[in-house]
Amino acid sequence: MTEVTGIKDYIKPENLVYSKTRLMTDNILHYCPGCGHSTAHRILAEIIDEEGLQQDAIGVSPVGCSVFLYNYLDIDWQEAAHGRAPALATAIKRLNPGKVVFTYQGDGDLAAIGTSETIHSCNRGENFLIIFINNGIYGMTGGQMAPTTIPGMKSSTSPYGRDTGQMGYPLKITDIVATLPGTYYVSRQSVHTALNVRRAKRALRKAVQYQSLNRGTCFVEIVSNCPAGWKMTPVEANRWMEENMLPYYPLGDLKVPSAETSVIPDNKE
Amino acid sequence: MAKIRGSIVVDIERCKGCEICMVSCPTGTIKMSGQVNGKGYFYALPANPELCIGCANCAVVCPDGVITVYKTKI
Ligand SMILES: Cc1ncc(C[n+]2csc(CCOP(=O)(O)OP(=O)(O)O)c2C)c(N)n1
Ligand code: SF4
Ligand code: SF4
Repeated sequence: MTEVTGIKDYIKPENLVYSKTRLMTDNILHYCPGCGHSTAHRILAEIIDEEGLQQDAIGVSPVGCSVFLYNYLDIDWQEAAHGRAPALATAIKRLNPGKVVFTYQGDGDLAAIGTSETIHSCNRGENFLIIFINNGIYGMTGGQMAPTTIPGMKSSTSPYGRDTGQMGYPLKITDIVATLPGTYYVSRQSVHTALNVRRAKRALRKAVQYQSLNRGTCFVEIVSNCPAGWKMTPVEANRWMEENMLPYYPLGDLKVPSAETSVIPDNKE
Repeated sequence: MAKIRGSIVVDIERCKGCEICMVSCPTGTIKMSGQVNGKGYFYALPANPELCIGCANCAVVCPDGVITVYKTKI
């Protein structure tokens, strides 16, 4: 590889504190510069590797920008039709109750075309994990308005900003699934700063562990960016997200297992 | 008193020049190169390597997993 290095004296195997996990393939991610999808893939890969679940994890990739997710994490995969990942994951987990099963879906996939699959699988309490990447638009198809587009937010189909009088209100689907008895753990995170990546990784690790208990659906939303679709630089997009999206979609756990049913200690990164 | 020192390695050809590592580095170690890589992106580089404390913020936040971090006490 072509590389630039800092001070060479410190570069020794015993000093290594961070390197790309071996569970990520060497394929170069096809995402635009600064896209949160890439960061979300990476922390998921790190967790699966660190928890020793490479042989047991089965992912369901969506339709959307992350459709090629199966090229990047070296585990078993299925590809679902648009919005149908939870239906496929239901079958996979019911047939293989010992496996770690998760879906990874964008907001168009999960909260528009797949709303029914999302809500009903959570309501049935299917024992898999849903990872929901909310970038407020349909990224792959050209930045159209999604159910999650916040009021006033511009998109290619709401060029003057989302007018709630005409276009309705954003759907806080994570808040909805948190009210369903079938969900076990529901959290909303982001990956736009180092602190948030570390927090998101902690929440996602808990969700992966919880889903193995088979006590209900685990659901982790990651509020994310789409620099290309929002027509901003990655740094501007992250700032815009923090100032505009996070007040609408506040971060933190929305539903945690009650003390009696939780058997997993709060783990450190 | 022992000082914490760090060093980063940037895999130039994987970098997409998003600058997120640069704004996340608490010590101002990272700047963008004036040259582009094979894909045409201005890549990140440790322009002030002596400032690095090995906190790994840059690597943790880098979407593309471009940065490797080393840390030691001297
Ligand atoms: C059944 C069906 N309807 C529509 C499409 C077109 N389509 C592809 S991706 C997409 C939206 C993806 O948006 P989102 O889920 O938010 O993911 P992102 O690309 O933003 O990550 C749509 C509508 C399709 N592929 N299949
Ligand atoms: S390890 Fe920390 S101090 Fe060193 S370059 Fe990365 S962010 Fe800066
Ligand atoms: S965060 Fe990663 S991809 Fe972005 S500029 Fe830094 S090293 Fe390059």
